[in-house]
Amino acid sequence: MRIVSTLLLIFFTFIVFYAAAGLPDVGDPNSAPSTHVSPRYIEKAYEEIHSPNVVTAVLADYRGYDTLGETTVIFTAGIATVLILRAGHKKSDQGGKRE
Amino acid sequence: MNKPFGSIVLDISFRYLVPFILMYGIYVLIHGEYSPGGGFQAGALLAIGIILARLIQGEESSFNISGDTAVILAGLGTLIFAGVGVISLIWSGNVLEYGVFPLNVHKESELHPLGILGIEIGVTICVAAVIIAIYDALTRRDDAI
Amino acid sequence: MMENLMSGYLIYWLIGVLFVIGIHGIIQKNNFIKKIMAMNIMQVAVIIFFLVLGQKTGATLPILIHGVEGAENYINPLPHALMLTAIVVSLSTTGVALALLLRIQKHFDELEEPDVLRGMDQ
Repeated sequence: MRIVSTLLLIFFTFIVFYAAAGLPDVGDPNSAPSTHVSPRYIEKAYEEIHSPNVVTAVLADYRGYDTLGETTVIFTAGIATVLILRAGHKKSDQGGKRE
Repeated sequence: MNKPFGSIVLDISFRYLVPFILMYGIYVLIHGEYSPGGGFQAGALLAIGIILARLIQGEESSFNISGDTAVILAGLGTLIFAGVGVISLIWSGNVLEYGVFPLNVHKESELHPLGILGIEIGVTICVAAVIIAIYDALTRRDDAI
Repeated sequence: MMENLMSGYLIYWLIGVLFVIGIHGIIQKNNFIKKIMAMNIMQVAVIIFFLVLGQKTGATLPILIHGVEGAENYINPLPHALMLTAIVVSLSTTGVALALLLRIQKHFDELEEPDVLRGMDQ
């Protein structure tokens, strides 16, 4: 079993190496990720959002609904951690007081 | 982590360090639209300041936030974020459309930093409180189960 | 060939190696703590991959400076905005995973996968 998974990992490594040939060069200004939507963000951010920090403008304004979802995920993870670790406790332990 | 591991050296250096860390966190939050920064980073900084206080001075440190308070604060932060979205619904805008707030400004776009600041405050409170709650839950020592 | 390697493939190869190290840890290690560390390594590989895609030669941070116009002078802000949330989400998922591990360790007194599976059968 271990040999099979090792062979699979080696195979996957070569797939990743092969796929790297199709990716854009590092620092190429005309690569696909830098040509479609991001120039519009950079050019229009100050007019529309009045905020020089484009990352904040994208995060909180253009994609604010997405960030709302992310915040809910973080909150849910925090609640889940607390609930997992405190389930099955006696009532007297739940007051947050220790020793 | 019920017992703090502070010594005299840590205690004195902590007194000078932590107020600056917390102040820097608030600066990163408020200045987030004009310089590198934002809600997530500010939340991490504030949480680190409070966790340092708990590590060095223990539970009775004046900066400490207990785990239960942290969970409440996390919910409050998410509520602030969602509340800003709902407020813009009241003036017949879309969710999180900050341009519809009824304030006197020259251009509609000047309202956007206000809305961004509002939701960044919510994100900061949520992230800081969740980190503190996770830390508190993971280091709590008890014998149940 | 050499410049082509340095500017094109090498960073992607290194990221791929990092990703494969993560998969290796997840499927071949027995200790659950090591699995969580491998999961974090995988997340870091994905984050670095996105950040590399956002680079532009000769550009600066996506903070608009007065007098400097044009999209070619600022790097792509979109991967930064996406990965910023991914980092915080990875932190909270790590917290949940560690909480589950604490429960497993209290229940089975073990963190090795074969021992835990044996304990579940009994």
